[in-house]
Amino acid sequence: MSDDTREIEALIDMMARLPGLGPRSARRAVLHLIKKRGQLMRPLAQTMANVAETARECLNCGNIGNGDVCGICTSEKRGNGQLCVVEDVADLWAMERGQAFAGRYHVLGGTLSALDAIGPDELRIPKLRDRVAAEGITEVILALNATVDGQTTAHYIASELEHAGVTVTSLAQGVPIGGELDYLDDGTISAALRARKSL
Amino acid sequence: MKVFVSQLTLSHFRSHKLARLVLDGRPVALFGPNGAGKTNLLEAVSLLSPGRGLRRAGAEEIIRRPEAIGWKLTATLTAPAADHDVTITAEPGQPRVVQIDGKAATQNALARLLSLVWLVPSQDRLWTEGAEGRRRFLDRLTLSFAPDHADAVLTYEKAMRDRNRLLKDQIRDAHWYQALEAQMATAAETIVSNRTTALARVTAAQWGAETAFPAADLTLEEVEPLQTAADFAAAFATSRPRDLAAGRTLVGPHRTDLAAIYQAKGVPARQCSTGEQKALLISLILSNARALKADTGTAPLVLLDEVAAHLDANRRAALFDEICALEAQAWMTGTGPELFAELGHRAHHIEITDTDGTSQITETAP
Ligand SMILES: Nc1ncnc2c1ncn2[C@@H]1O[C@H](COP(=O)(O)OP(=O)(O)O)[C@@H](O)[C@H]1O
Ligand SMILES: [Mg+2]
Ligand SMILES: [Zn+2]
Repeated sequence: MSDDTREIEALIDMMARLPGLGPRSARRAVLHLIKKRGQLMRPLAQTMANVAETARECLNCGNIGNGDVCGICTSEKRGNGQLCVVEDVADLWAMERGQAFAGRYHVLGGTLSALDAIGPDELRIPKLRDRVAAEGITEVILALNATVDGQTTAHYIASELEHAGVTVTSLAQGVPIGGELDYLDDGTISAALRARKSL
Repeated sequence: MKVFVSQLTLSHFRSHKLARLVLDGRPVALFGPNGAGKTNLLEAVSLLSPGRGLRRAGAEEIIRRPEAIGWKLTATLTAPAADHDVTITAEPGQPRVVQIDGKAATQNALARLLSLVWLVPSQDRLWTEGAEGRRRFLDRLTLSFAPDHADAVLTYEKAMRDRNRLLKDQIRDAHWYQALEAQMATAAETIVSNRTTALARVTAAQWGAETAFPAADLTLEEVEPLQTAADFAAAFATSRPRDLAAGRTLVGPHRTDLAAIYQAKGVPARQCSTGEQKALLISLILSNARALKADTGTAPLVLLDEVAAHLDANRRAALFDEICALEAQAWMTGTGPELFAELGHRAHHIEITDTDGTSQITETAP
């Protein structure tokens, strides 16, 4: 590697670490950016710098937004008593894309896994208990993956909330086994939501 | 009616650099010297069913050395309804990827395309060694009848590994245990019911079968004879204090053993002679195949590694006749062509030799 391409190579290496990109597609992307320096590369760099500065986790639900508390949590309209529990922000965004859910969310940040030393306290489970009481929640909808860890987490939360005075439901498993929410299309999500069942 | 591998191509799979077989559904007799690559070929076929194949090898181990560029296996499965193309690939450092008819598929989906049973030389000590080997044998036998068995076993084992970790770490969160035990219990009900059904089918297939191989009385030996998910959930909960002391799960279908008695003599399999033990295993594999054929109309693929060597000429001839009567695509290995002479035109005869660490495959006249 010569001196004059070192930085470009470094950029390609960083891009290749992004999910969904490999060395080959990273090279193509960087080349494309350099060719579109004015229309794309500079605005992208500026936007990335801004988002790096401002993006943060919502202190309430774990969603990612600009403020300490996200727009969904602050919106009066979303406070309809329903709370949808998801593993990951990507799942929350998938649900939002589907526009099938009008309530609020709670992002756990993972699933229970004894083997990976992830227990209830590593997830946002204590916070979930607090929110159920504080926000007048009437129904907790568990939208967790159909994996063993996802279902362990669902069982666990259902037990934890047993005496909290809420209905606990789960997305219908029209969802393919091992299929992750983030990969489902919008229609499947709203169908699974409509056909949710009580735990 | 028949399901068989009509085309098999291996690329950089252990000793095989590039191997291609075109088959018409007759049994396949593979012969050649030790180390030529016969078992490697059988192993490739065994990967057409869920799991790690007959050597229980990881994808990495199979990668051909020294090139180490990853391997690929393609097979065409010919079946009455439709043919299917299966591709299995593994790149270095990556897990196996399965495609069925060009679409990504799970390993367990393979069980819905064909069933496969096998016997390998390491099972010769099955009756005398630990229960784990017998349990694995039982679960493969069961999987051949119940494609959902693999899912249930995987779910059970994953949840149990997590539970065992909680036990080892002396964690006492009752809700966490309940969450894992609920899944173990549901899976356990499926596992026990599948195993019981499978044994009943194999047992029934022994009655009245025309066979030169001995019948066995088979029973499941359970720590506690539990059946329903509710029973299992209660047993797991009750066992928690004991399990905490032991640091692992002491009840459940992972503790089941398979017991066999050589029927004609009333002697437990582990007390039989080496030859009798082998004959019992062959008998079970054949009964398994017969039961599947009775159920579905199609015999499974039968892989018999080094089976000919253990049998005298009469028994060998009987085995070949029984396989041909089953119309099963059996894949058999042995060192010399004379072991398979009796099969004549009833089988493909394929010679495998080794040239500088690369297997060569040639179909020969019987
Ligand atoms: N990953 C691998 N790469 C290259 N050769 C391998 C690999 N794994 C096993 N072999 C070779 O395959 C040969 C064994 O083949 P095998 O099929 O077991 O023989 P046999 O014909 O006796 O059944 C050995 O010579 C071994 O070195
Ligand atoms: Mg061998
Ligand atoms: Zn929020």
